[in-house]
Amino acid sequence: MDILSALSAWFQTAGNNFYQAFLYADRYKLYLEGLQVTLTVTIAAIIFGTIFGIILALMKISSVKIFRFISIVYIDFIRGTPTMVQLLIAYLVIFTSPDASKMMVAIFAFSCNSAAYIAEIIRSGIISVDKGQHEAGRSLGLSKSQTMISIIMPQAARMILPTYASEFIVLVKETAIVGYIGLADLTKVQSVITSRTYEAFFPLIIIALIYLGVTTILSKLFAAMERKLNEHDKR
Amino acid sequence: MISVRHLHKYFGTNHVLNDISEEINKGEKIVIVGPSGSGKSTFLRCLNLLEVPTSGQIIIDGVDITDKKTDINKVREQLGMVFQHFNLFPHLTVMQNLTLAPVKLKIMSKEEADEQAIKLLRRVGLEDKAKSYPNQLSGGQKQRIAIVRSLAMRPKIMLFDEPTSALDPEMVGEVLEVMKELANEGMTMAVVTHEMGFAREVGTRILIMDEGRIIEQAPPEEFFENPKQERTKEFLSKVLK
Repeated sequence: MDILSALSAWFQTAGNNFYQAFLYADRYKLYLEGLQVTLTVTIAAIIFGTIFGIILALMKISSVKIFRFISIVYIDFIRGTPTMVQLLIAYLVIFTSPDASKMMVAIFAFSCNSAAYIAEIIRSGIISVDKGQHEAGRSLGLSKSQTMISIIMPQAARMILPTYASEFIVLVKETAIVGYIGLADLTKVQSVITSRTYEAFFPLIIIALIYLGVTTILSKLFAAMERKLNEHDKR
Repeated sequence: MISVRHLHKYFGTNHVLNDISEEINKGEKIVIVGPSGSGKSTFLRCLNLLEVPTSGQIIIDGVDITDKKTDINKVREQLGMVFQHFNLFPHLTVMQNLTLAPVKLKIMSKEEADEQAIKLLRRVGLEDKAKSYPNQLSGGQKQRIAIVRSLAMRPKIMLFDEPTSALDPEMVGEVLEVMKELANEGMTMAVVTHEMGFAREVGTRILIMDEGRIIEQAPPEEFFENPKQERTKEFLSKVLK
């Protein structure tokens, strides 16, 4: 009997804790708002990071020495320093104006950060395309950039997709540090709620499950894209 | 049509092409033979500037392509190139392989290019492969597609860089057949090959290269029956067994 009553007491506490963590005072809305912040930073950063990353990758394989140099230094700096430090530099050194929105600072920092990683991913994709493809394009009369866009990039895209997908997923999780500059992302929501309920278990489990849900959806999406891009490999 | 003057090419300290001067006239079918490493592929690749000569001039239809001011892309539209490893675009269908360059370079409309592609595919007996991807084709089929992909640009000159060397023996014939037809239609051709039968039958002039030089040249009959240079005799005795 003791075991039963202990169990029922535990469930009661757990139920109450969950209620406190998720439902009381519409707290689930806080998670949704936090998720929105996390996704906004992530998606904006992946878009700007990809654009900037393509430019960096092209600079790194360019025949112009100064472009190569800038790109190498930039990529080394980003990869050699903690993301946290980069975020703080953006917040405390670059955007010192009080008008600067924290969201913008976070997007800036993460765009700059992911650009360096994406640049390396793209560069490795481009150089893995057979040299003969470039020669075939050029010998037909296509210019360097036409060959790059119509022939090299599509093949590189297919090759880099799996690594690009994991960079995207890493970014979702990395944005968990934006709370340090005062943005209320998913992780920050957890600490806000815990500070009110003095109970960390459910808020943590809940945000972990939300992160897991987002990353799972992303990997499924990329897996589907990969299948689509590999269609021409069917024999 | 093509005039090569004092062409030199170095790879590092390696003197790959050593003072080559040569004329190729309209309608000629030049076959370039020689031992491996003799520079014959490099010579061919210089003709459309896939390799940039270290010094010397290459003049095509009066245009000096080694001049920095020349728009090489325009010149390359006139020069078809077929590679040993086909280099078809694997992410595009056969049809798209044939229409990409003519459409991108605004030489014809999409419709014209499609129509032309079908005609070209029919000509090499592969019209049923229009929607296939290169990876679904055999080596011989790939090379035939690669040839018509070049023809889709309506070039004046066709360059072939060992077009049958990567093929299984039973597929060599089908590719040579297409090349013969092309030769019969009057195309100006320069072919690097090890196929002596093709050289004898189709070539109007055979060049043999060794150590970066053209050491001898003659019409096929004379070249095979009555070679002058010791080095040529030695080469022929090895390849004609």
